[in-house]
Amino acid sequence: MLHLPPLPESTRLFLRDTGEMSRFIGRFFVEGLRPRYEVAEFIHQCFVIGYKSLPLIALTAFIIGLVLTMQLHPTMVFYGIEAQIPAMVGIAIIREIGPILTALIFAGKIGSSIGAELGSMKVTEQIDAMEVSGTNPFKYLVVTRTFAAMLTLPFLVIIADAISLYGSYLGVNIYENLSFHLFYEKILDYLFFMDILPAFIKTFFFGFAVGIIGCFKGYYSNKGTEGVGRSANSAVVVSSVAIFILDLIAVQVTDLL
Amino acid sequence: MKKQTDSAVAVIQIHDLCKSFGTNQVLDHFNLELHQGESLVVLGRSGSGKSVLIKCIIGLIEPDRGSVEVLGQNVKDLDHVGLDKMRTQVGFLFQSNALYDSMTVRENLEFPLRRHSINLSQEEVNKLVMEALESVGLEHTVDLMPAELSGGMRKRIALARTLILKPAIILYDEPTTGLDAITSLEIIALMKSINERYQTSSIIITHDMKCVQLAADRVAILIDGKCYAEGTYDTLRQSTDEKIHPFFQ
Ligand SMILES: Nc1ncnc2c1ncn2[C@@H]1O[C@H](COP(=O)(O)OP(=O)(O)O)[C@@H](O)[C@H]1O
Ligand SMILES: [Mg+2]
Repeated sequence: MLHLPPLPESTRLFLRDTGEMSRFIGRFFVEGLRPRYEVAEFIHQCFVIGYKSLPLIALTAFIIGLVLTMQLHPTMVFYGIEAQIPAMVGIAIIREIGPILTALIFAGKIGSSIGAELGSMKVTEQIDAMEVSGTNPFKYLVVTRTFAAMLTLPFLVIIADAISLYGSYLGVNIYENLSFHLFYEKILDYLFFMDILPAFIKTFFFGFAVGIIGCFKGYYSNKGTEGVGRSANSAVVVSSVAIFILDLIAVQVTDLL
Repeated sequence: MKKQTDSAVAVIQIHDLCKSFGTNQVLDHFNLELHQGESLVVLGRSGSGKSVLIKCIIGLIEPDRGSVEVLGQNVKDLDHVGLDKMRTQVGFLFQSNALYDSMTVRENLEFPLRRHSINLSQEEVNKLVMEALESVGLEHTVDLMPAELSGGMRKRIALARTLILKPAIILYDEPTTGLDAITSLEIIALMKSINERYQTSSIIITHDMKCVQLAADRVAILIDGKCYAEGTYDTLRQSTDEKIHPFFQ
């Protein structure tokens, strides 16, 4: 018989977590599709999630649009192509910066709050209490929050894109007078449907990743308040990494099309 | 009023219950019966598996072996509809209260009423909520959040939420742990008055001897995953067994 050296502890834990995560995702689809549907809680969560993250996302989106334009300006002037700034910033924001930046902020804000919320519900037995009160806690907590995150993020990204472009428009107007109409005209000249669609679709996956990872970390929180902090923290770290990996996959897939 | 206990009728029968987590054998052929109308205290050190035991009764933890019969039904055989129905008849007071942080006291109490598919009008729901709050003496907290209440008040609200479905059996998980001596006495008195008022049978898990002395009709001692001894408070207190004796010091 072949004797292999034992796996290092960290590898073993990683594999175990990956396995449990896969099971968790499988359970999400099984339970998510079967009635009873927790519609009221789902709608409530959409509002909570959107409301919590919108101010921060709007602010950062505006600043990024403005700053990006101002940073690009000298170089573009040097090459004499400052007229291309709107197109360039527009494509950068819509295809990449808008989705990824919004998703990362979303992971920081929503991933951690879902992780902490479910984690503290777990350690104070609220999840058990739901179960004995005729409620499937997986449906009531995990399915609703994950779906809410998945459906809210794309809309947040659209809002963030619009605000970011407005920031860019103000940035352009620091140096020259360009009408709003002309600014958008310039963007639309270079922007195609195939720029927008993949960027939009990938945000559903980002939202799903943030929701399911936050729930997973919270749902399997260890006992004690320390465990809750750790759940929140690792929810952010893991979902941020997941977002980058998904983004990498998305760019490959888009290239093939 | 003296409670009617009927030792002929067993409302819970636990037979050869085994449960282990990995290599940690928590329950090892545990046997116990709860009789109609009785208050049974299960005594055991921390980590001895008391919570695991009552979570097996209510179906929150699945035992490895053995059987639990609640009101004549084997918990293992129940599907989720049956399990929900059984859980309307068995209340569970969690050690950490398990009040939903994001809901007011009223919403906390309404939760089991609305979620178990019971058809009730809004008036009936309100009436039941106020009645449950009245039986724990906290009607004025109805619109507060759990975070605004003291430890003792939270315990009472949790008790009110357990009571609201008028269960035939209540399982108390360490009802006095973490409370000061005076509040503990109040909670014990409340538990006794509830048992009399609603004629419930109860299993009380604790390591608080005051609670055992005041609330127990019968005491069972959980040691090494087994029901090591059972009897009344007075008989066990006089025991010279070296494992039982330390509890009564
Ligand atoms: N879900 C679980 N997974 C692993 N071990 C558990 C779990 N629940 C309880 N245990 C273990 O079972 C033992 C008994 O726990 P518990 O019933 O909570 O003790 P207590 O008597 O203080 O209520 C402890 O050693 C605990 O670590
Ligand atoms: Mg316990």
